[in-house]
Amino acid sequence: MKLKSTLENYLFVLPAVVIFSIFYIYPFSQVFYLGLYEWDGVSAAKQFMGLTNFKEIIFSDPIWWKSMLQAGWMTLVALTFQNILAFLLAWACDREIRFKNWYRLVFFIPPILSEVVVGLVWQWILEGNYGLLNSWLTQVGLSDLTRTWLTDPKTALNCVAIVHSWKGFGWGFLIFLAGLQTIPRELYEAAKVDGANSWYTFTKITIPLMVPVAILVAILTILGTMQAFVLIMAMTGGGPAYHTQVPILRILGSMDGSRYGYACAQGILFGVILVTISFIQYRFSKRSQAKGA
Amino acid sequence: MKNPLYYKIKSITLNTLIHIFLLTIAVSCLFPLVWMISSSLKTQSTIFSDTSLIPQQMHWENYALAWKEGGFGRYFINSIFYTTAVVIGIIVVASLAAYAFSRFSFPGRNIMFYTFMAAMMIPIPGSFVPLYLLMNKLGLRDTRIGYILCMINVGLSTSIFLLKTFFDKMPRELEDAARIDGCSKFGIWWNVALPLAKPVLAVVVVFNALNVWNEYLLAYLILDNRKLYPLQVALMTFQGEYITKYHLLMAGLTIAALPIIFVYVLMQKYIVKGVTQGAIVG
Repeated sequence: MKLKSTLENYLFVLPAVVIFSIFYIYPFSQVFYLGLYEWDGVSAAKQFMGLTNFKEIIFSDPIWWKSMLQAGWMTLVALTFQNILAFLLAWACDREIRFKNWYRLVFFIPPILSEVVVGLVWQWILEGNYGLLNSWLTQVGLSDLTRTWLTDPKTALNCVAIVHSWKGFGWGFLIFLAGLQTIPRELYEAAKVDGANSWYTFTKITIPLMVPVAILVAILTILGTMQAFVLIMAMTGGGPAYHTQVPILRILGSMDGSRYGYACAQGILFGVILVTISFIQYRFSKRSQAKGA
Repeated sequence: MKNPLYYKIKSITLNTLIHIFLLTIAVSCLFPLVWMISSSLKTQSTIFSDTSLIPQQMHWENYALAWKEGGFGRYFINSIFYTTAVVIGIIVVASLAAYAFSRFSFPGRNIMFYTFMAAMMIPIPGSFVPLYLLMNKLGLRDTRIGYILCMINVGLSTSIFLLKTFFDKMPRELEDAARIDGCSKFGIWWNVALPLAKPVLAVVVVFNALNVWNEYLLAYLILDNRKLYPLQVALMTFQGEYITKYHLLMAGLTIAALPIIFVYVLMQKYIVKGVTQGAIVG
């Protein structure tokens, strides 16, 4: 009777465990195994390479590091521009203001759209010959500024970074807003009674209490932006001449070149870097919380 | 004390400035979509010269063209099919597991649960490489079922987390009563627990539906046959092949975007809940 009951319990988790083992755990462990091999994915024999793949990535794959730096630059733009905007908007909506539900509704529209839709629409707006941005610039007499935004090496990456931020700020906005709403109103009332002005309450109450939320948003932004690539595929395809390449596109490129072992090694290296960054930030947030308490 | 008028003027000015700021951003969020719809109503000859927001002649027939000749009708139906199948799959598989994690005790329970949770937090950017090879080996590449199973897996961890958290807080009295009446474990799960979990199921459904509808990478890797493409992959292919047919591309993008916006406006509160709860997990 007891045994039957236990077996029944396992039946409940069985489908989830089976799917998860095949489609998550197996590929996860395979990455580490295949990273040590050179394999075209078809031939029967895999060639054991040891750490050669990693050496090649680290010492003789400048495009990999270029793509890493470019993803880093996009992340920097997202961390500053996107998150400051998100915070200011959340702060503006966290008060008695009319239409705030409408604003909230609209700000989260870009995040729910797919990267393909967002990328292709912006690609059309920024298009060099007939795009809307250039025709506006011409109409207001600034035709000197017109350029082929997405095929010019000077502007392509920044255009992609800004569109990425445009698509993403709604996430930060919602999380910041949820955070701001947990701050007890009495704190503000008390500060007002004590004669504190709004700048003082903002810097001494709002900002310190929002630090943990800001760190959470920062971690999500870093992980999300470093791994972004569909938007880039849709806008520039990684060009012109590698100027908007990012790590995931490189991994896909290695797959296209049938270098599956190398692709896995790139994945491991990239994963380790991401985990390290989020771990450092997590420790940092623990420390700042301890200080606050 | 300054006179009350000063405070009134100050607050009105501040509010106006805040509204201008919010409104500017709101317009910037909506404008690209308006431009997308506007472009979808122009013709191949006017789209490159006419920069008006409201075209003089509305070419609604572009949608018929995109739907039939662009093939977006088929891709739309594919996307609907994948989304429905994956969401149903996730609901069944995740709620069974979450219910067991919440209510039963059995050896290995905690290890299994924490493995699922760890999967939600550890980024593994390379794991789609072996996944692709595995699908090849299993003969699941270029099949609908292969893509559906992969996408069920993608939504599993978060859904289990949301459902288990809900079951943990749910009172057990009704389930106990059903058990005394002789109801089986599966009977209780289906007849008692699931109906009570409707609020969180709504979050799970909406969240996963958005995710599947918008998914690109796995569909691109797994599906080769055009007839199986979902909208996102089809749009990218269309853009690559008919670079100048912007009016039809924009019609296709509108077909992909409008259902999502519609669902979002209707189900806003569930999405907001999913985002804020999902964020707390990470």
